[in-house]
Amino acid sequence: MAIDLDVERRLGERNIAARFTAGPGLTALFGPSGAGKTSILNMVAGLLRPDRGHIRIGERTLFGPGIDLAPEARRVGYVFQDGRLFPHRRVRANLLYGHDLAPPANRWMGFDEALAFLGIGHLLDRWPQSLSGGEAQRVAIGRALLAAPELLLLDEPLASLDAARRGEIMAVIERIRDELRVPILYVSHDRAEVERLATEIVPIGG
Amino acid sequence: MMSAELWGIVALSLRVGALAVALTLPLAFALAWILARWRFPGRVLLDALVHLPLVLPPVVTGWLLLVAFGPAGPVGRWLEEWFGVVLIFRWTGAALAAAIMALPLMVRAMRLSIEAIDSRLEGAARTLGAGRWHAFRTVSLPLALPGIFAALVLGFARSIGEFGATITFVSNIPGETQTLPLAIYSALQVPGGEAMVTRLALLSVVLSLAALVLSEWLVRRSHGERARRGD
Repeated sequence: MAIDLDVERRLGERNIAARFTAGPGLTALFGPSGAGKTSILNMVAGLLRPDRGHIRIGERTLFGPGIDLAPEARRVGYVFQDGRLFPHRRVRANLLYGHDLAPPANRWMGFDEALAFLGIGHLLDRWPQSLSGGEAQRVAIGRALLAAPELLLLDEPLASLDAARRGEIMAVIERIRDELRVPILYVSHDRAEVERLATEIVPIGG
Repeated sequence: MMSAELWGIVALSLRVGALAVALTLPLAFALAWILARWRFPGRVLLDALVHLPLVLPPVVTGWLLLVAFGPAGPVGRWLEEWFGVVLIFRWTGAALAAAIMALPLMVRAMRLSIEAIDSRLEGAARTLGAGRWHAFRTVSLPLALPGIFAALVLGFARSIGEFGATITFVSNIPGETQTLPLAIYSALQVPGGEAMVTRLALLSVVLSLAALVLSEWLVRRSHGERARRGD
């Protein structure tokens, strides 16, 4: 599943622009803080409207002339930098939120499979506030995967973690890249991280 | 002991308070949402209008209601012609006056709780496949519940305590518009009415306390185990 993206958006004084195509595997959007990497992910997810351009996944156009799919119609899973788990739902309900909304025919990962893959089966009855950074990040990844995405967006998923947790989450991301069929757009400003994880590197800004 | 007269006054007050908050809740929530989340020209004006009943002398609010909803008023005439509804000198009119007076307090309480919700959570819900309405219903609304309960109690307490706008708009008619504060006012005018005043005042305290306790309980329940466990 190839991603074809060419967008431009003015945000205050800044002009954010990106143009790239990305194949399967993990494509890292690499650049300094403030270059607009997160804004690009937001445009792909449908949370920020580009001023012009197009975004396509395979044959599907998410954004283009006369087309602007709603976020819920895009099938783009998004793991936010701050996790953004629903504070009023336990881990189980967080994980199932998108899974239950996805048409069964689209789902490509079962609930138990996701629990085993991420090692989060013991967290199901916990509240998000009680999770450690690494646990919360794994739950956020699980929530996105279970919603049956055709593309996964990861925004600095290691930024808020200590060194030990970083290694753990990096291993999870490598397994998603190698074992699951979903392509990944990965945002980071850390060169070592990007060099270890990326199939392709797209420089942004700077 | 509670006489039939006292019961009548309490029942009427509760009825007026209940109708007032029921009338106000949807409107107050919509206003709170708009003021908390939307940026548009005229927002400051809308904010000021919502708060007007809080700062106007209640008698003026009552008089404005009289002008608008009275038999000769534009809204009053329309309501009577089309729906046969008359508000002046009726308990429903008392509820309307109470509703207007409660509106700013209810909007404030809900607006604070809406502003405290991370609006990006709705974006997260959208990327997980939730439409706008579903995201609102499953994320923002439950997170706003404590604010909604607080608004209900504040509004209810304000409604059963309403005096100035009520007496101006619907007068002080025993059995129809004479709620607790109006009954206390009447009893104060009667020589030897102190015993009645005392009983009515005590009842007011009990009702207000009960409302507070109920709201606290509802807020705790809406937080569920999260609040009990303290994490």
